[in-house]
Amino acid sequence: MDVLFDQSDAIFDGFWETIQLLLISGLFATVLGTFLAAMRVAPVRVMNAIGTTYVNTFRNTPLVVLFILVVFGLPELDIQYTFFEKATIALSVYTAAFVCEAVRAGINTVAAGQAEAARSIGMTFTQTLGRVVLPQAFRAVVPPMASVYIALAKNTSVAAGFGVTEATATLSALLNNDPQAAYWLFFGIGLGYVAIVAVISTGSHLLERHWAVAR
Amino acid sequence: MSGSVLFDVPGPRARVRHRIIGIVTSVVLVGVLAWVVLRLNQNDQFAYEKWEPFVTPAIVQDLFDGLIVTLEIAVVAIALSIPFGMIFATGRLSDHWFLRWPCFVIVEFFRAIPVLMMIFFLSIKYATEIGKFWVIVIPLVLYNGSVLAEVFRAGIRAVHKGQSEAGYSIGLRKYQLMVIILIPQAITTMLPAIISQCVVALKDSALAFVIPFDEIVSVGNDIRNEFHNSFATGIVLATVFIVINYSLSRLAIWLERRMARRGRASAETPKVAGVDVGDQSIGGAGA
Repeated sequence: MDVLFDQSDAIFDGFWETIQLLLISGLFATVLGTFLAAMRVAPVRVMNAIGTTYVNTFRNTPLVVLFILVVFGLPELDIQYTFFEKATIALSVYTAAFVCEAVRAGINTVAAGQAEAARSIGMTFTQTLGRVVLPQAFRAVVPPMASVYIALAKNTSVAAGFGVTEATATLSALLNNDPQAAYWLFFGIGLGYVAIVAVISTGSHLLERHWAVAR
Repeated sequence: MSGSVLFDVPGPRARVRHRIIGIVTSVVLVGVLAWVVLRLNQNDQFAYEKWEPFVTPAIVQDLFDGLIVTLEIAVVAIALSIPFGMIFATGRLSDHWFLRWPCFVIVEFFRAIPVLMMIFFLSIKYATEIGKFWVIVIPLVLYNGSVLAEVFRAGIRAVHKGQSEAGYSIGLRKYQLMVIILIPQAITTMLPAIISQCVVALKDSALAFVIPFDEIVSVGNDIRNEFHNSFATGIVLATVFIVINYSLSRLAIWLERRMARRGRASAETPKVAGVDVGDQSIGGAGA
């Protein structure tokens, strides 16, 4: 038990790194993923193909392999970044594929009748999208997006294998120093992740309730 | 297709506009690809010696052996996850709080922590006792089993209520009802979810690379270190996984459609204790 208090600085530093990875790659992944989703639903076939190919490629590649490509592959192409930046790139590129699927699924939940009704009362395309389709789609996207961010929070741990001292790397280092305290360290740091997951899922529930509308 | 919701059927002008956008996108795409190819070429990534290992029979054989180990890890992990998930799903549906609560805590805990954490823990604490294979497999079972427990629970609860009532009315006990009536009906609807979980387990087996073990990514890492061809190796590894996982995903989709035709909905995305599981398109859950 004591080890958790003695090493609290290291553990907090580790989680701070985890949270930074989560926030930064979460932001990039959301932007890129939404853009990809727009391509997938656009009425232009080339764009559909790009979106689909991206999703199928990165969703089926293990994150570790993507890290290998980014962390060790990019320097071979003479592209230099820090370990943290490269971890962010790998996580964003990977997570964008899942964001894209979540957003697309959200748009798909809007019944065709909604858009048709909007058109029939004379709304323009922008009005249909802005006042009818997107507000409903945003609400439908919240739960799957929360799952994506939760997965991302856990996936940041992969960076531990690639030179970033986030929470899981901290655990590994502390375990090596003090194998006696292994269980305390494991459950202590595990609870840190549980807390992050709980924050994301509570946030998504609050948003869902806040936005709830009768359908 | 959401296109039909968002967009009207294009008229002649819209069609022209779409074609122009399509051409512009294609040009940009070709430009980006050309830039990538140039960049790769400048850095000699197409040089024969970078790719030579992958046409050398001995190395191809190593990679193939690694792939077999990867598949073994995934198959054993999923095979054990299914009973794990079953037990904890029924535990969470129990009428007794002293069964329900521990199952709840265990399932939620192992779903919330990274698999890599468990791998580090076992490899430092128990690697000599249990061997590296189980250092990888046990975390995968705990994680995938917990996810499957939630899928199963949703599946069991989705069985029509009349089925339970009919079971009770002919005098079955609760466990008989579970084993004879509910679980058999639930399990067929959960097949697609189980296959999606195989994709997750296959991808997560790559985490073994941190120990390292003998699976394909660790083999690839050795090749990369020896031949200094990280980029080429990464592409080869990614291709292998994409081919296998894409085929598995198609299989899951096919099964789902087939069951939909036979009038059985597949397991819905369960939403429990605030966290969505299921929908392993968001199998991002896995690394």
